[in-house]
Amino acid sequence: MAKIATREAYGEALAQLGEEIKDIVVLDADLSGSTKTSVFAKKFPERFFNVGIAEQNLMGTAAGFATCGKIPFASTFAVFAAGRAFEQIRNSICYPKLNVKIAATHAGITVGEDGATHQSIEDIAVMRALPNMTVISPADDVETKKAVRAAALHDGPVYLRLGRMGVETIFDEDYEFEIGKGKILREGKDVAIIATGIMVSEALKAAELLEKDGIDAMVVNMHTIKPIDEEVILKAAQCGAIVTAEEHSILGGLGSAVAEVLAEKMPTPMRRVGVKDKFGQSGDPKELLKLYNLTAEDIVSATKELKK
Amino acid sequence: MSISNQIIEELQSKARTIRRHIIEMIAEAGSGHPGGSLSSADIVTALYFHVMNVDPQNPSWPDRDRFVLSKGHAAPVLYAALAEKGFFPKEELATLRKTGSILQGHPDMKVTPGLDMTTGSLGQGLSAANGMALAGKLDNKNYRVYVVMGDGEVEEGQIWEAAMAAAHYKLDNLTAFVDHNGLQIDGPVTQVMSPISIQEKFKAFGWHVIEIDGHDMKQILEAVEEAKTTKGKPSVIVARTVKGKGVPFMENQVGWHGKAPSKEQAEEALKVL
Repeated sequence: MAKIATREAYGEALAQLGEEIKDIVVLDADLSGSTKTSVFAKKFPERFFNVGIAEQNLMGTAAGFATCGKIPFASTFAVFAAGRAFEQIRNSICYPKLNVKIAATHAGITVGEDGATHQSIEDIAVMRALPNMTVISPADDVETKKAVRAAALHDGPVYLRLGRMGVETIFDEDYEFEIGKGKILREGKDVAIIATGIMVSEALKAAELLEKDGIDAMVVNMHTIKPIDEEVILKAAQCGAIVTAEEHSILGGLGSAVAEVLAEKMPTPMRRVGVKDKFGQSGDPKELLKLYNLTAEDIVSATKELKK
Repeated sequence: MSISNQIIEELQSKARTIRRHIIEMIAEAGSGHPGGSLSSADIVTALYFHVMNVDPQNPSWPDRDRFVLSKGHAAPVLYAALAEKGFFPKEELATLRKTGSILQGHPDMKVTPGLDMTTGSLGQGLSAANGMALAGKLDNKNYRVYVVMGDGEVEEGQIWEAAMAAAHYKLDNLTAFVDHNGLQIDGPVTQVMSPISIQEKFKAFGWHVIEIDGHDMKQILEAVEEAKTTKGKPSVIVARTVKGKGVPFMENQVGWHGKAPSKEQAEEALKVL
């Protein structure tokens, strides 16, 4: 099966949406070929603004556009969006609750060969700490397209976390996406695997592996990390064991968000599959996923440890 | 353009009123930034009471001129102008910095009628103004965007990212002021981290640069007019000002950057204003 990166789907979705929603403007910081905003730029050059290598100004300019009724999509790599321009996002976008969509590509370690400087593993943590922010991490190309549309129609700041690496398509075109509503992709009773982004397909594979060992796993796609879907977490908790999976640090991301809900509402034994509080490195993305224990097999072993 | 003496005198009188509000508000609040509010009072007065096309009855009118106080700590000067202009009752000024107030310590566009942008974290306002100016060009609107920055503020790198972009996009609907009062919290700008020459820097970044005395109403109005007629590039008006202008014991005193006057000091200030 052909694999499509979520950034590719973003570029296409944006170009399609631009036709329909004339208020959309797109801003980039000299990475339009990589973030795929170039697709929009080609189609709507008058609504595309390259600010050069200047991410702080990228966010501030997007904020200014939003005050005039535009729907700006600001794109760069996740490290430079959530990291370098954090305080611009905080004070110029989230505090005034401006309608800016931050579509951050190259999230996680699957950036690969460029190495740790370009591998954002803490962006979910910092973005979800901001009041008024919505944080979405789609699992495949289909979900990305739906998420881009939902983000454009949502009134307020959105952080859309996208990846560089091609991923398998999980959903068909009938898939329904709603911000803040986690999706149970597979029912199960022994353990619930709650995953986000590219780890959703690994979670589905893990469930199949577990089935062979007689463990019946529920799989939840938590595409929206903020606001987190408490209802689906509490439903998952009825399995009595929860494993979270994310291509992000285990500190502050999906695992933490789920743990926060469980600790207060329904304490449940859990394990977090994610980057274990360390930086990435250069390498083939697939090899890095193995090296950093972000595969279906790692979800399986975390589950077995939990069920021991 | 000839500007009548009557207009100048009316604006000077309005600026005095604004300065009185600044002192009263900050004294009442018990904290705030009088120095930079007073130094930019003539500029802000000229903009709101002569230059800008705004409608207090319709604060979000899409065709209005925009104002971004990038040096957001000078919020009292802007609040005083907005109240005098009729965006909200003047009684609100006494609530500055108090819990539940529509007048936050630094400008919050969500709660203050007539505020075009939330600011306060230095260096961010010019970028937002760029976005507004670009949106205006995109929609073929005639509104203009005005910004006031501090001379300490231009030490922020983001200002120069934005300065580069404004010239690149030929934002001639954007006019920026630098309130060049020469002082920042830790001392004279030339000693802390010299931004001198601000004029040469903006020139090098592709801007049209105008130098004025920022307390001379006629010069302010003429500079704004020159900026309006300058096509193909943004304009910056580097305004020489005096920190604490109008209150003798505050003038050129770095200590009055972020300190409220006592009741007695406020009374003394109001006597001369």
